[in-house]
Amino acid sequence: MTIAPAPDRVPPTSAGLRPLLGRLVRRPAGAFGVAVVAALLLVAVFAPHVVPYDGATQDIPNRLQGPSGSHLLGTDGLGRDLLSRILLGVRIELAVALPAVCTSLVLGLLLGLVAGYRGGWVDNAVVVFMDTIQAFPSVVLALVLVAVLGPSLTNLVIVVAITFAPQSARVTRASVLALRQSPFIEAERALGAGTLRIIGVHVLPNVIAPLFILLAMNIPSAITVEAGLSFLGMGVQPPTPSWGVILSEGFADVYEAPWAVLWTALALVLTTIGFTTLGETLRDVSDPRLSGAKGLRYDR
Amino acid sequence: MTDDGRIKNDPYLLEVDGLDVTYHSQGRALAALQDVTITARPGEIIGIVGESGCGKSTLSAALLGLLPPNGEVTGGRALYQGRDLFTLGPEERRRLRGTEISMVFQDPLTSLNPTLTIGSQMLDVLRAHSPARADRAEARRRIVEMLERVGIPDPAARLRSYPHEFSGGQRQRIMIAMALLLEPALLIADEVTSALDVTLEAQILQLLCDLRDERGTTILFITHDLGVVAQICDRVVVMYAGRTVEEAEVTELFDRPLHPYTEALLASVPSRRRRGSELPTIPGRVPSLAELPEGCAFANRCAHAEPCCGEQRPRYVEVTGQRVRCHLYDPESGHANLRQPSAATTGRKEQP
Repeated sequence: MTIAPAPDRVPPTSAGLRPLLGRLVRRPAGAFGVAVVAALLLVAVFAPHVVPYDGATQDIPNRLQGPSGSHLLGTDGLGRDLLSRILLGVRIELAVALPAVCTSLVLGLLLGLVAGYRGGWVDNAVVVFMDTIQAFPSVVLALVLVAVLGPSLTNLVIVVAITFAPQSARVTRASVLALRQSPFIEAERALGAGTLRIIGVHVLPNVIAPLFILLAMNIPSAITVEAGLSFLGMGVQPPTPSWGVILSEGFADVYEAPWAVLWTALALVLTTIGFTTLGETLRDVSDPRLSGAKGLRYDR
Repeated sequence: MTDDGRIKNDPYLLEVDGLDVTYHSQGRALAALQDVTITARPGEIIGIVGESGCGKSTLSAALLGLLPPNGEVTGGRALYQGRDLFTLGPEERRRLRGTEISMVFQDPLTSLNPTLTIGSQMLDVLRAHSPARADRAEARRRIVEMLERVGIPDPAARLRSYPHEFSGGQRQRIMIAMALLLEPALLIADEVTSALDVTLEAQILQLLCDLRDERGTTILFITHDLGVVAQICDRVVVMYAGRTVEEAEVTELFDRPLHPYTEALLASVPSRRRRGSELPTIPGRVPSLAELPEGCAFANRCAHAEPCCGEQRPRYVEVTGQRVRCHLYDPESGHANLRQPSAATTGRKEQP
């Protein structure tokens, strides 16, 4: 894409030089976000090999125990190890949330680009469609869709993707609308850039930054929707240890042993904060106007 | 300055003839341009002067084929090297933009993509017009050369800088470099110096003049600043309410303005001669596009207006090498106080 000047003549201030990850971890918030998300990814990959118990074996005599040496976070109503189940649950959560949110972003990005750039009746149609989807509370809409499609992991991904697409479509469309009239787009057009080139080279990089934060914000929301659906029995089915299933089962005994609910909720909170701080920092460092301008950098 | 004799014998590069552009707005048709006639020979700098809203920017958009969706060319033609631009398809017109007809915009601060480096942006202009696998080293050489030419110091090192890392004047230079990268024959410069301070303005004007002298680029210089026109233009076209009202060599126009609007415009330029006295202004205001009169658009503000001015659209008549759209100079108009061309030398002798 860029033309590389001789390395020794590279000005030290140029924003695009340091790798994104390097710029990310220089900020405390970014380092925290990266750490949490990396930990979650590691757990998702290696959990089956490192958990102390398999998370499925029942141990009724030791049910509803508090934290102890043998069960670090305690046990659930069937005596299963909570630490193992929550760690194994990470994999389920990410397996739903990541593909679902990515699909919703791509879907929303395409719809938003077309609607914003093309305008006219296409724009109206997309906006009405998105408004219709957003008129329903996301869990209710997801419930209806699951009821139609049937509860399965794949359907869960599809449902969450559809539920979340309008947000990114809106964000994209709004940025495209503002950009479409901006002088530099007009200037590009005056120099002979075609529609695809303008969208791909000039519009896309300018609308993608806000989507980073949406990506990061939506992953925890998607996990919540998954947990909600599983809690209601319309998502992941027991005994698969998704967080929704753990919460749902934990609520049965919440007055005797709040541990299942407490730990799962904490895991949810930590995940949310991790992804959110990652998203916000990513947005800041990916925007050359924010990371390059002197008064605005807070990584020194 | 170029050799006038050579220029006068060359065929026209651009011939806009009777151009009408209409905007459709809330069911009404607004005549943004009516009967606009402009000619430009290779290597000329043509000033297009008029107050805001007179259609200068609509004219450039129409020439580039970039009118907004509600704008439409409803009459006339624009011959570019003998081809009528308005008969070409969208893709043909796109290919002309940048390679044949290019444009520099008013505001250098917002006319560059903030998320792309200068190098990528200029490379992108090349890519828009050449096969995808253009020779990268060659492209880079051309870009560096062009940036060097417009006066960006150490251009090779600055290819990876973002627009916000340049000053306003430098960004305008980069815009000019981008516009001239593919060596277009016609450059439309839309108020290019309005956002710059006086020192930078002089530098940019000098740069445009030099580039014209080197490459023979024809420049349509759109401005509202008569001082700038006097500095760099060869000929001037005066526009009023979407119509061309006068066209003349720049010295003739300042020495001997024919149209009452041009006269009034020149009289309202501050001058040392009139120091201490109140600056003349033109009474009234430009009619809105929705209520353009049947006859001359300037009639309601004109000191010489007669009944015929309000009723009949003046023709664009040739008077001693100048062209003017005014009944005062048209023997067939029936105006009571026809001016003879020789008697028309009422204007000022000084240049601002």
